[in-house]
Amino acid sequence: MNRDVAPKRLEPTVELEHATLTLGGRKILSDISLTINAGEFIGVLGPNGAGKTTLMRALLGLIPISAGSLRVLGEAARRGNPAIGYVPQFRSQAAQSALRGWDFVAAAADGHRWGLPLPDRRRRRLVSDAIALVGAERLAERPINGLSGGERQRLLLAQALLGEPKLLLLDEPLISLDPHHQKVVVDLVREVQQRLDIAVLFSAHELNPLLPAIDRVLYLGKGQAALGTVDDVITGPVLSRLYGSDIDVVRLRGRIFVMSGGLDLEHDAHQHEHEHGGGHHHEHEHHHAHR
Amino acid sequence: MFDYDFMRHAFAAAGIVAVLSGIVGYFLVLRGQTFAGHALSHVGFAGATGAVLLGVSPLTGLIAFTLLAGLGMGVLGDRLQGRDVAIGVVLSLSLGIGLLFLHFFTSYATQATALLFGNVFGVNLSTVGVLALLATISLLALAAITRPLLFSSLQPELAEAKGVNPRLVSMLFLGIVALTTAACAQVVGVLLVFALMVGPAATAQRLASRLSHAVVLSALIALIEAWGGIALAYVSDWPASFWITALSALGYFLSLSFSRLFSHQLA
Repeated sequence: MNRDVAPKRLEPTVELEHATLTLGGRKILSDISLTINAGEFIGVLGPNGAGKTTLMRALLGLIPISAGSLRVLGEAARRGNPAIGYVPQFRSQAAQSALRGWDFVAAAADGHRWGLPLPDRRRRRLVSDAIALVGAERLAERPINGLSGGERQRLLLAQALLGEPKLLLLDEPLISLDPHHQKVVVDLVREVQQRLDIAVLFSAHELNPLLPAIDRVLYLGKGQAALGTVDDVITGPVLSRLYGSDIDVVRLRGRIFVMSGGLDLEHDAHQHEHEHGGGHHHEHEHHHAHR
Repeated sequence: MFDYDFMRHAFAAAGIVAVLSGIVGYFLVLRGQTFAGHALSHVGFAGATGAVLLGVSPLTGLIAFTLLAGLGMGVLGDRLQGRDVAIGVVLSLSLGIGLLFLHFFTSYATQATALLFGNVFGVNLSTVGVLALLATISLLALAAITRPLLFSSLQPELAEAKGVNPRLVSMLFLGIVALTTAACAQVVGVLLVFALMVGPAATAQRLASRLSHAVVLSALIALIEAWGGIALAYVSDWPASFWITALSALGYFLSLSFSRLFSHQLA
């Protein structure tokens, strides 16, 4: 299922050395050292508030690190790095907009520059290439308020792939998708990642949808981090340390459940997110809402 | 109808304001900030009546107040998100203050009606000139910020990561909205700014999904509604502002049923 340990070549894409991340006076991640290499697909997991989004924002240069060092592709993290593609959690006003997908993607192509979005061939090819990469040519002609959550994720991915980045950060792209569309998104990201041979950090509440795709897992919790293969990281002792309580890991027919005192932690977290996900169209099924 | 100076001025003023409102309004609707635009015009009422009290032209007070309020809203930025109650309180306070200012100038009852509901037939040539200047400044400024404005409206987090300063963009945009509001109030009055700034833009958004088409269509619809309203007012002797609001509402509701029909065919 998981290819054991991964990278054949070791070109570090993300390097943290004794890095500490603080947000509003609270230590989110403390003294973390890890290396993520080119061509790796990393699943980023952990309870709510463990620092998944914070870590991504730090890589994007939006949050300074308070100690240690953090390097992306060999240089210090900085805002506006074109080598990083980013799919933020989508809660934007834009979901209500009747703008067609193409213009939505294109807004990210040159939006960091002042002036008018005048049509030119280079811009058009940049946008069309990104849209073709995720197979969204037909979606791009439709208004975004008519798209399902899964279709929207495809356009968001196209937006993140503009200019072919070397590192792709996806912040909870599976939220409010049903299991089928979760699989579609994971498979798509995996395919694109392999084709472009880039590093991917893909955060999620649940491990299982990611299992077929990921090379390694980065599990965050209690200010700490564990990076390794699923077999190394998703274990009782490691997760007990990250959750600060006794954790059992149960494997059942190729699926993995992280339990605390008989409660399935990842499902609980996921459900919690559903309740606060307001504003989304509810095209997803609450397959585990009732128990 | 074009034999009279006041009619030519009315058409010129309404034309300038409609194109400006249609274009700026499109982005206002896209950003979901229509209520902010509505509130800005009300703040302008206090400014305009205050200006009258001080013996300055109401348009000057209108511009000064809306611009200040717009930039202020931009600075507050996200903190105003979902603060409709706070905005509403400021909005009614502004109308109240405007009323108080008028109270000291009882002879200005007609002025009050003109400010609140517009008096497009009272526009003189110099006001047309000021409107043209306002429109030019606003559209040039909008052109300068269009790309980051679109980006941060559609994908605020990604825009920030790519180096856009969403707060600066929002502040500049609300400044432009403020100027547009002030211009718009000259035609339909502060209470009815929605009719030209939001109605045509919302209609255009339902009919065209291509950005460039939607913006042009929005300006075109605003122009048709503004000129149509003036022509109907000339024929019927009813107020132009009434006709403009009526056409704006008609256009919007037609687009609602049109897009519903259209989506049925797709499904």
